[in-house]
Amino acid sequence: MTTTTAAADRFSKGASRVPDLLFRSASGVFAWVIVAVLGLLAVLLFLNSNQALSKFGSSFLTGTTWDPIAGIYGALPFIVGTIASSFIAIVLATPIGLLTAIFLAELAPRRVSIPLTFTIELLAAIPSVVFGLWGVFVLGPFLKNTVEAWIASTLGWIPIFAGPTDGVGLFAAGVILTLMILPTIIAISRDVITAVPDAQREAMLALGATRWEMITKAVLPYARSGIIGAVILGLGRALGETMAVTMVIGNKTQIPESVFQSSQTMASQIATTFNEASIGLQTSALIGLGLVLLVITMTLNVVARLLVWRVSGRGEGRA
Amino acid sequence: MTAATLAAPSIAARLTGSRVGRRRKIVDRSMRTLAFGAALLCAVPLIAVLYFVTANGLAAFSLDLITKPPKALGIGGGAANAVVGTAQMVALAALIAVPIGVMAAVYVGEFAERRSARLVRFCADVLVGVPSILIGIFVFTFLVLPFKQFNGFAGAVALALIMIPVVMRTTEESLNLVPNALREASLALGVPVWRTVLSVVLRTGLPGILTGSMLAFARAMGETAPLLFTALGSRLVNVGDFGRPMDALPLFIYVNARQPVDALNQQAWGAAFLLLLVVLIINVAVRARSWGRRIG
Amino acid sequence: MNLETAVREADEAIEAPPEPTVLAPVPVPQSTGPAPVAAGVPASGEIVIDDLHVYYGGFRAVKGVSLKIPPRAVTAIIGPSGCGKSTFLRTMNRMHELTAGARVEGRIGLDGIDIYSPEVDPVQLRRVVGMVFQRPNPFPTMSIYDNVVSGLKLTGRKKRSELDEVVERSLRRAALWDEVKDKLKQPGTSLSGGQQQRLCIARALSVDPEVILMDEPASALDPIATLRVEELIAELRRQYTIVIVTHNMQQASRVSDRTAFFTMGDDRAGYLVEADDTVKIFTNPREQLTEDYISGRFG
Repeated sequence: MTTTTAAADRFSKGASRVPDLLFRSASGVFAWVIVAVLGLLAVLLFLNSNQALSKFGSSFLTGTTWDPIAGIYGALPFIVGTIASSFIAIVLATPIGLLTAIFLAELAPRRVSIPLTFTIELLAAIPSVVFGLWGVFVLGPFLKNTVEAWIASTLGWIPIFAGPTDGVGLFAAGVILTLMILPTIIAISRDVITAVPDAQREAMLALGATRWEMITKAVLPYARSGIIGAVILGLGRALGETMAVTMVIGNKTQIPESVFQSSQTMASQIATTFNEASIGLQTSALIGLGLVLLVITMTLNVVARLLVWRVSGRGEGRA
Repeated sequence: MTAATLAAPSIAARLTGSRVGRRRKIVDRSMRTLAFGAALLCAVPLIAVLYFVTANGLAAFSLDLITKPPKALGIGGGAANAVVGTAQMVALAALIAVPIGVMAAVYVGEFAERRSARLVRFCADVLVGVPSILIGIFVFTFLVLPFKQFNGFAGAVALALIMIPVVMRTTEESLNLVPNALREASLALGVPVWRTVLSVVLRTGLPGILTGSMLAFARAMGETAPLLFTALGSRLVNVGDFGRPMDALPLFIYVNARQPVDALNQQAWGAAFLLLLVVLIINVAVRARSWGRRIG
Repeated sequence: MNLETAVREADEAIEAPPEPTVLAPVPVPQSTGPAPVAAGVPASGEIVIDDLHVYYGGFRAVKGVSLKIPPRAVTAIIGPSGCGKSTFLRTMNRMHELTAGARVEGRIGLDGIDIYSPEVDPVQLRRVVGMVFQRPNPFPTMSIYDNVVSGLKLTGRKKRSELDEVVERSLRRAALWDEVKDKLKQPGTSLSGGQQQRLCIARALSVDPEVILMDEPASALDPIATLRVEELIAELRRQYTIVIVTHNMQQASRVSDRTAFFTMGDDRAGYLVEADDTVKIFTNPREQLTEDYISGRFG
């Protein structure tokens, strides 16, 4: 009786008697439940959005009017809001996250990196709605009086940075999202950087490079695709984030002209209007928004994982 | 190769002096300081959130908050509906999700051929990344819509769907760590496969399974979006009736934060304090154990 | 008389080393000592190690080494595994400092300058003292061309023509030019193991070091590639001081002018037993320990 070492094959040949077969089948059922759920999710979203999508076709994505009373559904304002808020988050979170990951992986002594990593992991555990609450009453007013006021006064001549600043809006949502995706970017980047072989570091140092040059010229290029994967995973999280964004973005169905104006994302539109929506075209349209969100986040998720696996070499990683 | 070599700087000169070297040193030091600063910056939000939630929440916190149902303007009321609802729905969700997740991990880790295993793992990973509001819509379509009734059971199922992939992946990782020798020894003694898995593999991997389940539990406690269209929320304290709407702490916080009534906002802070406290305690307890193992 | 003529004449004065056979007994070394230096060029690159101790935290890994490494010659460091040869080698370009808690006591002088004195920046030191590692480690994200100039580019932007010249010169000196001159844009990792190692040597040469440290440079290579690397070392010693750690005694006797034998003491610290001309070490060593090691009685 040989037991193979491949994890997946452990008992595949050994389970031949009836109780074992039953057990194996039972566990299999549970496993396939997961596959079924994912499949059903996609199918149900697709079916239930069909009414709206087939009625509007591509103008569902490009139309700028979302009017339940008139029965016109164009999702562009929400698509813009989603992309813009996530874009702000990525622009802010990537440099900070990458620098932090570099610090934790390459520069920090253990008695600093351990508590710091702990802190960042706890940041990831804070519920979205708590971030939202804090965002509305603490971060929003703070941003309004400090960062946003400063940006509006110095860069206000550029249209997207024009005031008035209100504390709620696209920018506030972007900042909150930054805080929420930082742990993701940091954790994965750090893993990927740590996986770079020491031989690369030694080679660069032996040529007479400073620590920072070693990092930028030997370590980061090697880890490049993994870091991109980390950022994409962060982007995926930002796009799907609902509660905190809903609470600070202002909930206005409009295409904002400035980052300080109110806006609405796909997720926040669903969150705020679904329960009052009339069953039929309106719910179908909202589910259509959900479908768009699903397709985007799923694609990003898959692409990101492929990139991360390539560098860190692990078979199946977890985000 | 002639004059150039003869006029080359001596070793002494190369070792000790260089303007270029000084500039590179400055860049090196300042970038490393910048990296340190970025890392410190990341610690700030946690401290800021903790501080304000505690400061505002503690002020609003009282026994009433946990025991009394909500009142219209918030005076004298509490969040008993939310506390009771969260407790019930998350408990039911765990009851559903943990067995499914663990058994799925058992199948993937112990029985499945490579391709099936990869497919299940892939689906679990994708499911983790699906925005939770979409899970809410999904459950809505088959557990709320057909009955035209928002209900706590749908809420529990939605939370369970969020927990299952997390439990599955963490269980799988912990089962992978169980040495093969244990399985072989058990089989060699004539113990049937199913018994080996239950008594040997699962028993050995139990700490890791518990860790993963608790983290999933904490995550489910904090989820709002999946409950919006399933459990809906309710101002009534609903004990035991899963066929009716139920409230939950995150829902309570969300709704009360958006009211233009100060007292209700205060209650939101109080509920947030309670929620954050429990979630962080679970996270710290679980991670501290694994951190301790990592250092020691 | 210019340098080129002098070097060419010195060239012709050295006979080629014999074809090495793997199972042959230790042959009498053929190298004729340090290459004659042309008049007018200072013989720089001498390393003087004085009572060197190397510590990892509280543990002493290498103790009391005093050794002179002659310029423009190959010095081999031999000894059983684990006796601190690589640790010792790394102190000469301060690479041991990468390990937390590593420190040295004693003095290492390069052309009279203590490389551990505060005026010496380790970053600068490593330009002057280059290193080649056991496993070839070209940068996989860079082309062959970029690999060679990766060290050079650290000190600022250079003109394309300058870089081209350095690339060709370094690859020629590493005996790799003819094999890769048509594929300079291909990734560095697309070469065979032996070629990659010569690429790493070219990379080390491009920054114009005076000393090249080699840590078992051929141990990961097949015999033919090993031979080519050894031939390369014989060529290189005309211009560079070379210190090579090797566990292969035949290689040491083939390739080096001087040999230093290390072993591990009872306190688990490595120490220098004996250092002398290679011929002498392998035919008539002073110490019994050396004799035992050479004749294969242990290690």
